[in-house]
Amino acid sequence: MRRIGVFICHCGSNIAATVDCAKVAEAARGFPGVVYSADYKYMCSEPGQEFIKAAIAQEDLNAIVVASCTPRMHELTFRKTLANGGLNPYLFEMANLREQCSWVHTDKEKATVKAIDLVKMAAAKANKNEELTSSTMPVHKKALVIGAGIAGMQAALDIADAGHQVVLVEREPTIGGKMPMLDKTFPTMDCSACISTPKMVEVAQHPNIELLAYAEVTEVKGFIGSFTVQIRQKAKYVDHDKCTGCGLCETKCPSKVPNEYDLGLGQRACIYKPFAQAVPNKPVIDPLHCRKLVDNKCGLCAKVCPTGAVNYQDAERLFTDTFGAIVMATGYDLYPWEEIYGEYGYGRFPDVITGLQFERMVNASGPTGGKLKRPSDGQEPKSVVFIKCVGSREPAKAKGYCSRACCMYTAKHAHQVLDKIPDAAVYVFYMDVRAAGKAYDEFYEATLKDGAVYLRGRVSKIYQEGSKLIVKGEDSLLGRPVQVTADLVVLATAMIPSQGSRELAQTVGFLPDLDGWYQEAHPKLRPVETPTAGVFLAGACQGPKDIPDTVAQAGAAAAKVCGLLSKSQLETNPMTARSNPAICSGCGLCVAVCPYKAIQLISLADRDRYGKRINRTVADVNHGLCQGCGACTVTCRSGAIDLQGFKNNQILEEVDALWR
Amino acid sequence: MKYAYYPGCSLDATGIEYDIANKLVARTLGIELVEIPDWNCCGATSAHTTNHLLALALPARNLAIAEAHGFEQVAVPCAACFARCKKTAAAVQASPDLQVQISEVIGMTYAAKSEILSYLDVIGKKTGLDHIKKHVVQPLTGLKIAAYYGCLLVRPVDITQSDDPENPMVMDRLLQVIGAEPIAWDYKTECCGASQVVPVPQLGKKLIHDILKNAASYGADAIATACPLCMLNLDMRQKQINAMFGTQFHIPVFHFTELMALSFGYSAQDFGLAKHFESAESLLERMIGGKGA
Ligand SMILES: Cc1cc2nc3c(=O)[nH]c(=O)nc-3n(C[C@H](O)[C@H](O)[C@H](O)COP(=O)(O)OP(=O)(O)OC[C@H]3O[C@@H](n4cnc5c(N)ncnc54)[C@H](O)[C@@H]3O)c2cc1C
Repeated sequence: MRRIGVFICHCGSNIAATVDCAKVAEAARGFPGVVYSADYKYMCSEPGQEFIKAAIAQEDLNAIVVASCTPRMHELTFRKTLANGGLNPYLFEMANLREQCSWVHTDKEKATVKAIDLVKMAAAKANKNEELTSSTMPVHKKALVIGAGIAGMQAALDIADAGHQVVLVEREPTIGGKMPMLDKTFPTMDCSACISTPKMVEVAQHPNIELLAYAEVTEVKGFIGSFTVQIRQKAKYVDHDKCTGCGLCETKCPSKVPNEYDLGLGQRACIYKPFAQAVPNKPVIDPLHCRKLVDNKCGLCAKVCPTGAVNYQDAERLFTDTFGAIVMATGYDLYPWEEIYGEYGYGRFPDVITGLQFERMVNASGPTGGKLKRPSDGQEPKSVVFIKCVGSREPAKAKGYCSRACCMYTAKHAHQVLDKIPDAAVYVFYMDVRAAGKAYDEFYEATLKDGAVYLRGRVSKIYQEGSKLIVKGEDSLLGRPVQVTADLVVLATAMIPSQGSRELAQTVGFLPDLDGWYQEAHPKLRPVETPTAGVFLAGACQGPKDIPDTVAQAGAAAAKVCGLLSKSQLETNPMTARSNPAICSGCGLCVAVCPYKAIQLISLADRDRYGKRINRTVADVNHGLCQGCGACTVTCRSGAIDLQGFKNNQILEEVDALWR
Repeated sequence: MKYAYYPGCSLDATGIEYDIANKLVARTLGIELVEIPDWNCCGATSAHTTNHLLALALPARNLAIAEAHGFEQVAVPCAACFARCKKTAAAVQASPDLQVQISEVIGMTYAAKSEILSYLDVIGKKTGLDHIKKHVVQPLTGLKIAAYYGCLLVRPVDITQSDDPENPMVMDRLLQVIGAEPIAWDYKTECCGASQVVPVPQLGKKLIHDILKNAASYGADAIATACPLCMLNLDMRQKQINAMFGTQFHIPVFHFTELMALSFGYSAQDFGLAKHFESAESLLERMIGGKGA
């Protein structure tokens, strides 16, 4: 028989103001199995926990109910208290009198009645709770980081500096992501390349980091501590062991195509490095445009290469490795505004560009050598219009969320135009100016002082008149339509999850949010973890953010990874699903609903009722992957699957108690 | 194909040549237009600026008559009538109470079941461009034309179901099929000022001027419209615009069905080209050797 102790927490006045805690404690004494009850101001405090431990010893308790806040807050705290008091931690049960009672009610009398019911249910479950024990599994002391923007590079460096092995996978021919494309960074206006390219070099040279550029993750199996991952590296057609990076091939290649790195503003050869400081600093061949690979003509690069590094027969390579942890750092892309903004010309006007194109243009190592030029005629623009929230905060057309970095980078761009072309007129159409950040608002104020004209309102139309762009919009502060004649228009387009990120999440085994951003396990308390154990988040893949936030998050993810990799074994969560093969029909419904890909159908040797040997299909739960969500248990028709710690009979006991 | 046809007041008066051309085109393409018997004015701007219920009841009566005659589709050539009919149908579909109220007011059941189409959509979306192409005997080769839609055919898009409220292409594709060269320009869906030219001429004329200016800047030989009031503003007022802005616009303006009729081999005498204010004679001379004129 259980000897249950019930402890009612006041949570200061959070609970006590709305619930009569002494009365609840008194009522609890009448519940089956309850031999002791008490109430106290802060159960989670040290004296509170000591109080529970003392009661366990004095009253010979063998099950505990604490009625306080949400289990998300303190379940773990009290489980530890039990363990310290000599009880199995899973003999603990929690009733939530705060979020589910005092915070949502005002009538103290009724709230007290409800609180008594909640405690009654918890005590009923405590009667049925069983001792559970964790097992252990090994941890492979190696981390995988996917995406090598500033987020992925920072996370990889932090993990590697702590002494762990890291494999960093980047799908482009160079690492760096967006940051080295930028010219200067707000609010300090320090040179973006000067702070990002040294990091790229550090990554390449770090003894604990293995860099796989031009590669993608194609398959992930296993679970926390032991993910088996397949990585496919695209054919580079250049042997990077032989190549010295001299660049002769690039200068001789006769075919030129628009350079993706300059977002179409410049050209590159078909054997190329995306930019001069690329890492690896060795070229690849673009198989879609190279004449040799397309038509079997040319072959000039192989002829001029002094080390014989060009290899037109190169093929993709597959790698398989095992990792203890995975960091997602796939960053963002920009909304394809050309597809939906008919009022801005659907991309028909060459002098309507995006903020990222502007970055390439003001960048000294960009296609114009840092000179602001209109793409149409190369003239210096004298009137520049910036439009914010193109695709962001626009739920009717595109995305409802704020892209967070645009207010600041637009202020930066406005400042840069006025800095380079002092007699230029600069207009910024805005909805709000969101400059929350250290020294951010001051930066915006300085841009106003520089002479940028901020117009509060949306732009309804852009069209071309001769060589000029006519920008029509509204000044909603004056309540008047405005029209500006511009030489160049720059759109602050919405950030969206990087292309292919949804499929990648599926491969790794977790679900993105509705907009496609990678969902954190808890928005406040577990911001760098995914719901899938052992998979962490860094940077803009989790949601739009600027570089300071990205780097901070990457560091946090790295700390989590280091914490994990510092152990050689992991305790498993014992609250996982168990399938009873005797009554499982092998229907597979549980396989389909499991969000963690933790259930498989296996073949089981058995005998039929005549004693004949047969093979039956049954569900089998992988306890490393199972997170104990319980989705399978409610889908199971025969009740063959049961969740430890939340067994069907335990839950039904609670329901029964409510009506007893 | 058979449609209930709601010409509306303009097509009896200022836009009479639009009506003639519409019927010629329908005859050639094998479209049967049956005029709604005993139709009334849709109420246009006057009704919806005075009384909301009146603004809904007036079009509802016409649509109810069409329904009573078993028509599933109603063709509306005037953009303003089209907008009023569409709004009425949408309002009635959204509210069973309103449906009862309206039916009571007009003394007839209006179920809002029929599909309401602008005449531009009837020709451009429902008829089939291949079918139209077969009837083209006199392609308007070399005619650089600005397809002008105005506001009411495209906005609000959830009511009008326009193919694209920022850059509609229905008329452009039609004009292409009859051999003309529709231009990409920027004022396709800007407002012509509608009746505002009368009470606030400075404002209304500026709007018309800007449309003409943009079309001219892209080298348009002519403008095609799908609304009798847009037509009137763009065609009749060019003289006034020139006087006010010191410009020299002389851009022929056509109802899109007039251009279709021309391409189908009809001559200008067959429809109302002579009623236009800006003469199209020399343009047609240049284009199709005067056969149209
Ligand atoms: C115009 C503009 C100006 C900006 N200016 C500033 C500024 O001044 N200051 C500031 O703080 N912030 C600025 N930002 C924001 C800044 O760009 C981001 O905060 C930062 O780049 C986010 O870094 P990240 O590593 O998360 O993402 P990214 O830079 O996008 O890097 C992601 C990396 O992951 C790779 N990747 C994606 N998918 C895969 C895959 N499936 N497999 C392998 N690799 C993959 C990508 O190729 C890329 O290399 C600006 C943004 C824009 C658009």
